[in-house]
Amino acid sequence: MNHWIIAPVVLPALLAPLIAFVMRHDISVARAASVAGTLALLAISIGLTVLAAGGETHLYRLGDWPAPFGIVLVLDRLSALMVLLTSTLATIVLIHAIATGWDARGRHFHALFQFQLMGICGAFLTGDIFNLFVFFEVLLIASYGLMIHSGGRERMRAGLQYVVMNLAGSTLFLFALGTLYASTGTLNIADLAVRVAAIPAEEAALVRVAAILLMIVFAVKAALFPVQFWLPATYSNAPAPVAALFAIMTKVGAYAILRINTIAFGPGIEGTEGLTGTWLFPAAIVTIAVGAFGVLGARRLMPLIAFSAVGSMGTLLVAVAIFSPEATTAALYYIVHSTFAAAALFLVADLVMSRRGGDALVAIPATAQNGLFAALFFAAAIGMAGMPPLSGFLGKLLVLDALRDPGQMAWAWSAVLIGSLLTIVGFARAGSTLFWKATAMPARDPATYSDIAPARPAEIVPAMAAVAALAALAVFAGPVSRYLEGTTAQLFDRTGYVTSVLGQDGED
Amino acid sequence: MELVVASAVGVLTSGGVYLILRLRSFPVILGLALLSYAVNVFLFSSGRFAIDQSPILSPYGDASYTDPLPQALVLTAIVISFGMTAVLVMVGLGAYLESDDDRIDLGRPDTEADAEDAPR
Repeated sequence: MNHWIIAPVVLPALLAPLIAFVMRHDISVARAASVAGTLALLAISIGLTVLAAGGETHLYRLGDWPAPFGIVLVLDRLSALMVLLTSTLATIVLIHAIATGWDARGRHFHALFQFQLMGICGAFLTGDIFNLFVFFEVLLIASYGLMIHSGGRERMRAGLQYVVMNLAGSTLFLFALGTLYASTGTLNIADLAVRVAAIPAEEAALVRVAAILLMIVFAVKAALFPVQFWLPATYSNAPAPVAALFAIMTKVGAYAILRINTIAFGPGIEGTEGLTGTWLFPAAIVTIAVGAFGVLGARRLMPLIAFSAVGSMGTLLVAVAIFSPEATTAALYYIVHSTFAAAALFLVADLVMSRRGGDALVAIPATAQNGLFAALFFAAAIGMAGMPPLSGFLGKLLVLDALRDPGQMAWAWSAVLIGSLLTIVGFARAGSTLFWKATAMPARDPATYSDIAPARPAEIVPAMAAVAALAALAVFAGPVSRYLEGTTAQLFDRTGYVTSVLGQDGED
Repeated sequence: MELVVASAVGVLTSGGVYLILRLRSFPVILGLALLSYAVNVFLFSSGRFAIDQSPILSPYGDASYTDPLPQALVLTAIVISFGMTAVLVMVGLGAYLESDDDRIDLGRPDTEADAEDAPR
């Protein structure tokens, strides 16, 4: 049993109260501790990825109680990949928040940030579905604090909506877990796989209800139509670095759908086969449309980016809904890509908005470093919209390539392609209003705007790093997709998962 | 017993769903509290009813016992929903004090006039 597996949960959990109680009066100490903790998390997650790359499923039994009686953490390639993605994104976002001074505009930013990381890493690593609920609550309660960080009228009201939406979702999660426990008598994911497979199709009605309830809960997290409506209001009113960090939170929902529906309710299980995909696929198509029209209709920069994030979740979930190995590989590639693309856009938007004094999409005279920000926005928008040469193009290509089933091809291809076109139009219009028309207007009087300094390198580097991640993902697409194919193969190997968690006598 | 528990869950849930669809934040908070009571009772009953039994397997004979796991789940759920309700009340209070209005909807922040007030 390798004790490093629990480190991504324990490290932020210990650091956060320390920052909140010991370092609350000194922001520079809190910053140093938070950066050190996040870098340590990054190092640990790289180590775990190397450990998991061997293709073995590693098990961590808390208190050394054997599963399914005790709680287990499971490290396989997928959970290692998601933890690595989380810690990389967190490092980028944290440096941006510190460099732009966002963390000092309210209290306890760093403590909440670490609690958020604890919840996200825990949700990716856990092998117990009730434990997944607990980690969801940890990441949500931290996100409530981050969402209303630094306050303001609109932000508080949007924050209230966000909290209400997610509390209703949590209640539904508990109903789903109660139904699942009543019908199977277990909450361990591997044990669920064994028990659900043993239920004949005609007696599986309760399990099917639980599976659909769980899908709705995860759909709320993943911003799937018709429960996507909280996302634009939340992301566009949250502080921009927090919105960039939230890019991983929708992926927690997508990850949970993927994990539960391949292991517990997956292909080949008589009672629940094909159940989730049937509902997921049309909802994902509509989500793409909602995102595309939202991008086209947005009149402020933050809602524009938020709607493009909705659209990218739609594309991702179309691939997830197929539950075939090729489509899942494409979905995993798209998860990594869309996380960095959304984060890059929010970080660039923060830099632009703080210089323009607002995020309305209207032409005002050019601000300092107009060309640099235009280039960054252009690159991030290309990534999000899915044009070459960045990874969005390859990601969408993989998704389209995996969707060759005649019944799905027409819907999926037209939704993804038309959605991409509308997104490109929306971003082109926004970019030309923000950056191009600005150069045609009379220059500002330098005396009135002298308080806005050019961006320091530390402010620009995180946004550049996020764009560079998109470029690297495109350049190394071959090795990355080979790694992801291995990840998918491991994910679909249900027997391997069950045997590693429950031991050799897993049939019991 | 089944009828009492089932109707309690049903009444609490329908009351909660009605209240969270209201426009003001106070009924919504009450509605979420009702929903969390409903789900606690529901979780409790998910381990089947065994009246007057201890949650311990008896080594002496075949005495029946009540499933202890739902009780542990309910305890966790109660603690979490209690904490969440406290957070929700504080956020709701903050939103009310900031905007002098306890409506739960957002209006239309996407219009040009409101864009001036938008957070930066």
